[in-house]
Amino acid sequence: MEVTLNWYLMLSAILFVIGVLGVLFRRNVIVIFMSVELMLNAVNLTLVALAQHMGDTTGQILVFFVISVAAAEAAVGLAIIIAIFRNQQTVDVTEINLFKY
Amino acid sequence: MDLTQSFSSLGADIIVSAPLVLTMVMGLVIVVLDAFRRNHVATPWIAALTLAFGLVMEITRIGAASGTAYYDLLRVGGMAAYVNALIFGSGLLTVILARPYLESIGHHIGEVYALILFASTGMIVLGTANSLITIFVGFETMSICLYILTGLVRTNQGATESALKYFLLGAFATGFLLYGIALMYGATGTMYLHEMQSAVGDHQTMFRSGVGLLLVGFLFKVSAVPFHMWTPDVYQGAPTPLVGYMSTASKSAAFASLILVLYLALPSTQWIGVVAVIALLTMVIGNVIALAQTNVKRMLAYSSIAHAGYILVGLAAGSPEGYSGALFYLLVYTVMNIGAFGVIALLEWDGTQGSEQSLDSLSGIGYKKPLLAWSMVFFMFGLAGFPPLGGFIGKVAVFGPAIHSGLTWLAIVGVLTSAVSAYYYLRVLVVFFMKESNPDVATDNITFSVPGMSAAVIVLCVIMLIVLGIVPTFLDVTASFFDGNMLATLP
Repeated sequence: MEVTLNWYLMLSAILFVIGVLGVLFRRNVIVIFMSVELMLNAVNLTLVALAQHMGDTTGQILVFFVISVAAAEAAVGLAIIIAIFRNQQTVDVTEINLFKY
Repeated sequence: MDLTQSFSSLGADIIVSAPLVLTMVMGLVIVVLDAFRRNHVATPWIAALTLAFGLVMEITRIGAASGTAYYDLLRVGGMAAYVNALIFGSGLLTVILARPYLESIGHHIGEVYALILFASTGMIVLGTANSLITIFVGFETMSICLYILTGLVRTNQGATESALKYFLLGAFATGFLLYGIALMYGATGTMYLHEMQSAVGDHQTMFRSGVGLLLVGFLFKVSAVPFHMWTPDVYQGAPTPLVGYMSTASKSAAFASLILVLYLALPSTQWIGVVAVIALLTMVIGNVIALAQTNVKRMLAYSSIAHAGYILVGLAAGSPEGYSGALFYLLVYTVMNIGAFGVIALLEWDGTQGSEQSLDSLSGIGYKKPLLAWSMVFFMFGLAGFPPLGGFIGKVAVFGPAIHSGLTWLAIVGVLTSAVSAYYYLRVLVVFFMKESNPDVATDNITFSVPGMSAAVIVLCVIMLIVLGIVPTFLDVTASFFDGNMLATLP
């Protein structure tokens, strides 16, 4: 059985949806952050599969940018999470609710 | 392509995009300098000079023909120069306002200025992007710098909460933007905006889903309803002059990029309906919720949501006239908002970046600080859209094209919600001038120091607001960007 483009697209769509659901339903900030990374990597899979299918490299070039941006985002994100843990001794998003409405 | 030829074209591109390259390099210089001379007094001035140089360079280029650089990845001249000038101007005023403010809250850190320069670099890349790759890179460079600036006062619970909310929701929105980019690329096989329309072929469904997801990312950044929930929380906790920067420069960049996407990649009218509905929701919800706010920064956050709605009305018109009106509105909005947040920053006394301070605590301040309070009069009337200030001309410039495109209902809602907005803008002035000083808070005992440079910036904003209102030639400048040879200059 041949693995066609649609298989890759389906797999990455499923991974993306898992990431979205993780962001929406989990409470731990670090798990939410991991779900965001899962979303970005699902898109990377789409881009690589499409670029390979079309024989065009621009999609793969964008993947490199996404990887480096995800690394920068991880550095800043974890720093913010550490700062908030030092202030409030919690990483549960339902308890970080100073500002509302 | 021949390698020598590539190098010579790279040299020409660097000269054309000199302000962008210089901003980035000077950001790095400040980082290195700060490692050796911690929080040196010259650091803010290096940043200010860099931004001033960029501003002058871009203003001289507004009249030039538009073109592209770096193998069509970025646009230069014309509209791109106008957007860059807006970003540089907003950054320059922010640096001057932020220096005494950050000193007074004890967080005068050299890296802030480097981050402002890096964020400006990202905004320029985003605002002049001609390809989906540059949109993504600019979008993220800008966002990551803004996350850090939001959480600058990291010992304060409110500031870190703002940063966390901004970061998590921003990263979530980035995921959608990126998936949209991937689908648009998959449907067309190209990343260049101007090649997309002809390359879609029979992949319409994939292309439309991609555009939808891309719009989610953009609408999040410009804080349009229903993606606006982060805005009040972030504005309330972040350092006030930097909020002015976030709300003006990042919005200018995101709107400029959105205009380029709509104008170059989606010239068909099928997206007008979507943008019009979102504009309607944004204007109504932003203005109505702003009525109930007691914190000034939160009120201004909802007001900035409402203003994003007005600008979206110009975009929904879908005509060059509407786009140029939106670009003009961005200039007026930048002047008004930098000024309003600058005044609020100088009237802050609660030690938590104004996140706990209510509007009523500033009652009677008009007699104590007449210059600031009278400047606030101009900004509030401008934001509400009273003639003869710039805000009025801006609203004419976005609502007029909407009527010409048959969206009369949208323009009517816009005018009605502007009338509603007058209530909460004018309430600020009532509190400032017509209420007795609040004995519980006793602002009499607090000395508000007003540094000369900050006062000068605020007065400059007032003067520009008046000039934009009575000299109509600025509108012709933005209209000239869409005269048809914008597409023609592309190879």
